[in-house]
Amino acid sequence: MVKTATNLCGIEMTNPVIPASGTFGYGYEFAELYDINCLGTFSFKGTTKDPRFGNPTPRIAECSAGMINAVGLQNPGVEKVISEELPRLAECFSKPVMANVSGFSVEDYAYTCEKLDKCDQVGWLEVNVSCPNVHGGGMSFGTSPEAAAEVTKAVKAVTTKPVIIKLSPNVTDIVSIAKACEEAGADGISLINTLLGMRIDLKTKKPVIANKMGGFSGSAIFPVAVRMVYQVYDAVNIPIVGMGGVSSAEDVIEMMLAGASAVQVGAANLIDPFVCRDIINNLPKVMEKYGITDLKEIIGGAH
Amino acid sequence: MEQSIFTVKSNVCLAKGVYEMILGGNGKSVTAPGQFINIKLDGFYLRRPISVCDWNDESITIIYKVVGKGTEYMATLEEGAQLDVLTGLGNGYDTSKSGDTALLIGGGAGVPPVYGLAKRLIAEGKKVKVILGFNTADEVFYEDNFKDIGAETFVTTVDGSHGIKGFVTNAFEAVGEYTHTYSCGPEPMLKAVYNASATSGQYSFEERMGCGFGACMGCSCKTKYGNKRICKDGPVLVKEEIIW
Repeated sequence: MVKTATNLCGIEMTNPVIPASGTFGYGYEFAELYDINCLGTFSFKGTTKDPRFGNPTPRIAECSAGMINAVGLQNPGVEKVISEELPRLAECFSKPVMANVSGFSVEDYAYTCEKLDKCDQVGWLEVNVSCPNVHGGGMSFGTSPEAAAEVTKAVKAVTTKPVIIKLSPNVTDIVSIAKACEEAGADGISLINTLLGMRIDLKTKKPVIANKMGGFSGSAIFPVAVRMVYQVYDAVNIPIVGMGGVSSAEDVIEMMLAGASAVQVGAANLIDPFVCRDIINNLPKVMEKYGITDLKEIIGGAH
Repeated sequence: MEQSIFTVKSNVCLAKGVYEMILGGNGKSVTAPGQFINIKLDGFYLRRPISVCDWNDESITIIYKVVGKGTEYMATLEEGAQLDVLTGLGNGYDTSKSGDTALLIGGGAGVPPVYGLAKRLIAEGKKVKVILGFNTADEVFYEDNFKDIGAETFVTTVDGSHGIKGFVTNAFEAVGEYTHTYSCGPEPMLKAVYNASATSGQYSFEERMGCGFGACMGCSCKTKYGNKRICKDGPVLVKEEIIW
């Protein structure tokens, strides 16, 4: 028997597969299809301090081997997530869940994380620093080591659970940002968020998406993600959650060889709602094929 | 929702750029007229959401208009081709709200779901009046199919080349009395019907979708009853909740 278990920031997981935030809602749509307790965990819909409708539609554009989304963090706000979504989630998922948090100021992040940290169901806080800093000229927190570190410190100061900082790939030097987060106390790094992209409709001669630009995800971005996970693994000593275009058990193994302790699956869930279950079922077979007996032993194995 | 493999039984051109495809497979997961299916196509990343025209236990009929590369590819599929399809998506129309005389209005690519609805309403013993709107005579399809199932059918064309000249709303006078309005078509048409209709009603909306089953929030809209996902909480919205 091969061992698929992994450990993320001190929490044991039966396998490394995690549906990524924004592609799995709060789990119920998928719980209607299969028992989602087979997942390592999942990262729920990005939650903010206040409720958000998000961007105008169209929010989606298709690309070769991928898609662009500009949903704009639609969510009911942290109070409702705690009072309504988490109790419903508890009915279909019994493992610790990853709470994904976004904010538009350092105070926002701290406020939302402090609330979610107190929820028993939450195992990890995944802090998305790709959002624009409204008090900092609109630049994303994740594009500067100082701003990313500031968010990390503020969240760490008010929480007890592992804090994983989710980094944007739309930067010149992701390694310096990952290091700054580690120095500021982050317990883990997850990467990559979507790549900034755009499509133009030849008929209307205008951008397809109402927001003009959006986040590019899907299999096309997998090599970029593997490269960045590899680079960050070399530079930090905290665990990495790898993501970006993962859609098969082979991709999961490749991401772990690059340095990921756990792996998220994003856009693939939207095309094939059963993909995470299927990846988990396929993992042992693919591990055997490549002579892997214990997934924990291959983390960073390509270095 | 169910995921299963369907086999193309037939794929024929009905009118200019409009094709009818019959897919053999488990049709039991379609639970209401006005629902849609989401089809995986080789070489395309996202699935293609297409409304269900008609269904039975062994097959689903869809009618689609060639508007882009995905539907262009669909038009080339031959009998025997196998497709990975998600079925039973969306809320669909509620036939229990129709009263005794339903007015159904479909425009262009919005005609197909109205056919499945007409069939179910008639099977429930209700009187059905239908207005089908097209741009020109060469785009008209399914007029006889509606007549064959016993629907009182009115056709409009914008250029007057077939039926009543003008928009679907130009046929309202000829229609007479009705108790409930069902509609599917482009948004400007839905809005015109909404304003012209004298009754309660159900309106089916279209939006660019990511997943088609409620996970990605790609197709959200605001309603008087809160934010809704067109794919999961829709595509059918009731008249009272619509915000234009």
